[in-house]
Amino acid sequence: MGELRLMKGNEALAEAAIRAGCDAYFGYPITPQSEVLEYLSREASNRTGMIVLQAESEVASINMIYGAAGAGKRAMTSSSSPGISLMQEGISYIAAAELPCLIVNVNRGGPGLGTIQPSQGDYFQATKGGGHGDYKLIVLAPSSVQEMADFVRLGFDLADKYRNPVMILADGAIGQMMEKVELFEQQPKGGTIPKPWATTGKTKDRERNIITSLHIDPREMEKINLRLQAKYKEIQEKEVRYETFKVEDAEYILTAFGLGARICKKVVELGREKGYKIGLIRPITLFPFPSKIFKEISTKVKGILDVEMNAGQMVEDVRLSVEGKTKVEFYGRMGGIIPTPEEILDYFEKIFLKGE
Amino acid sequence: MAKVKGDIVVDIEKCKGCELCVVACPQGTIALSDKINKKGYHYMVKIKDNCTGCENCALVCPDAVITVYRKSGKKKEKVATISNVQKDMTLEVN
Amino acid sequence: MDESIVRTEEQEFLEEDICVAENLVYKKPKTLTDIDLHYCPGCGHGVVHRLLMEVVEEMDIQDKVIGVAPVGCAVFAYNYMDIDMQEAAHGRATAVATGIIRVLPDKLVFTYQGDGDLAAIGTAETLHTCNRGENILIVFINNAVYGMTSGQMAPTTLPGMVTTTSPFGRDVKTMGYPLKMTDLVAQLPGTYYVTRQAVNNASNVRKTKKAIQKSFQYLQQKKGTCFIEVVSNCPSNWKMTPVEANKFVEEKLIPFYPLGDLKVPKEELK
Repeated sequence: MGELRLMKGNEALAEAAIRAGCDAYFGYPITPQSEVLEYLSREASNRTGMIVLQAESEVASINMIYGAAGAGKRAMTSSSSPGISLMQEGISYIAAAELPCLIVNVNRGGPGLGTIQPSQGDYFQATKGGGHGDYKLIVLAPSSVQEMADFVRLGFDLADKYRNPVMILADGAIGQMMEKVELFEQQPKGGTIPKPWATTGKTKDRERNIITSLHIDPREMEKINLRLQAKYKEIQEKEVRYETFKVEDAEYILTAFGLGARICKKVVELGREKGYKIGLIRPITLFPFPSKIFKEISTKVKGILDVEMNAGQMVEDVRLSVEGKTKVEFYGRMGGIIPTPEEILDYFEKIFLKGE
Repeated sequence: MAKVKGDIVVDIEKCKGCELCVVACPQGTIALSDKINKKGYHYMVKIKDNCTGCENCALVCPDAVITVYRKSGKKKEKVATISNVQKDMTLEVN
Repeated sequence: MDESIVRTEEQEFLEEDICVAENLVYKKPKTLTDIDLHYCPGCGHGVVHRLLMEVVEEMDIQDKVIGVAPVGCAVFAYNYMDIDMQEAAHGRATAVATGIIRVLPDKLVFTYQGDGDLAAIGTAETLHTCNRGENILIVFINNAVYGMTSGQMAPTTLPGMVTTTSPFGRDVKTMGYPLKMTDLVAQLPGTYYVTRQAVNNASNVRKTKKAIQKSFQYLQQKKGTCFIEVVSNCPSNWKMTPVEANKFVEEKLIPFYPLGDLKVPKEELK
């Protein structure tokens, strides 16, 4: 058993970054995730020699990640919604240049400056590309402090494996809440996958390495795009992760990710106490989206209720997955409001049982 | 006049005929050819045999098309390597 | 007069073939690839590319150097320099370089940026990188115009200068004043060596090379940020011949952007 600690989500994530062998963190303070930079500033360099730098902006941070990841190191940044918007240009370049790195979004309510309260309003931005051009991030959605820690290591491993940026899409509540967390052992710095493509100085025994996203010849650019799409397809086939809860006999399915899924577990329990056969599907990877499980279950259930802390974003992917074979309803709260289990159950009863 | 004998070799296919070497040459050794290269540029040629190997043409050439040779006296090794480019700056003033 | 030259007079060498290896004094550096440069005839970029690669070859630091290319005409700089390079987003080269040097502190990292990249969209990154004193060389090519997008006004365009977006001349009242980034960064404690050079004639080319050599030596000694502005030309967008353009550099640009060191290492001031 690993070391047990009571930690904030943001701190667990920062601790996990050190333990996952992260070489460098570049970031800029923004609520509700500033603890990550604070924790790393305090802890990291003494323990592993990890580089921690407070940049002048999120724009600079993400481009520092580009440089450090291009140099073959494990690099990460974290921010919250407005800051992640600022990073989108850099993320597009990173995806195009196929640089492995970890980007953490502790989602807060928007649009605009919005609120500092938790939200899931950045689902589209995280899963559909976010910046310009056709690209995908691997998106992991933690729903506990434990997963805030575990997904850092998983995220780095997936990033290195596929040479692709990985995003942890958390929210302000997961970032700020304190829970028990079991920490994994210290991993070697920089991971174990060799990176012969990195710019480390051209030695006589190899050609020069170039990190770029520029391919001016349209045929060449299409080729790059096709290669990226093939990679995303492979990720879609191999890396889907989700959790199911009491779906075996379920007549109705709740679905939610991250914080929403924690609440929905309670809804399932409350509903079952009242005799409703409800189960829960929690997508863990938002890209690749677990379409197959939704498709399979769609013919066995009477309806799916998708619950999110936004105006309805993941629900589009759920609807695409079930291909019209069952009714998919949506319940959401916005602006930093966290829905209660009772109000979700009320809505469930209203929409599915009372036929309103 | 010239105390030093120099010569240049030009990669005419890479020359873009910008003429910067022509104005940089203190001896009036070079000019643009009437002929054109595969790119369609009039390329530089030597029109006089009075090159001193001062390197000015090569230094201002944006396309690195010029190689410069200079025959010097006993201490050949002083100018035989590229690393002595700085050392021979004094040639520019003659 | 150089000693060796006087001596050569005594030799009977006039009939000999001069173009032999032992007489070689100047050759394209091997660290410059054989790919034809895409730049317009007479463009200063080619000269600065070559100088950088000459220094890399002469100092034998090819395995230590990592370059960062900008967005602008020099976006393909990595095609010509036979070293490891990264292509940065517009204006972000110094942030990318920061990322590299922080994780590879023993390497010699330089950025190569134009006036739009460094002095407009990348102003914040440039100033903060210099202010942190990152141990990198910033090569700043100032030709007072946006080249790649074909001749729009740059932050460094001279007052009254005609560009496609200042067709009646740059009116400083509405378009702002030319930004002297080099003067700005010289004020920051993080910079170690700040100089303004040009490549419009052989003498200036030699000085620019000297500045590059010094900078890489300072980087080896981990002295902090070195910043070289190179006042350059843009014959195509200035609508001049290369010879006229270099004359314009001499007569108009250099008086506004005077050449010389703006910040010299303290220990070298005696």
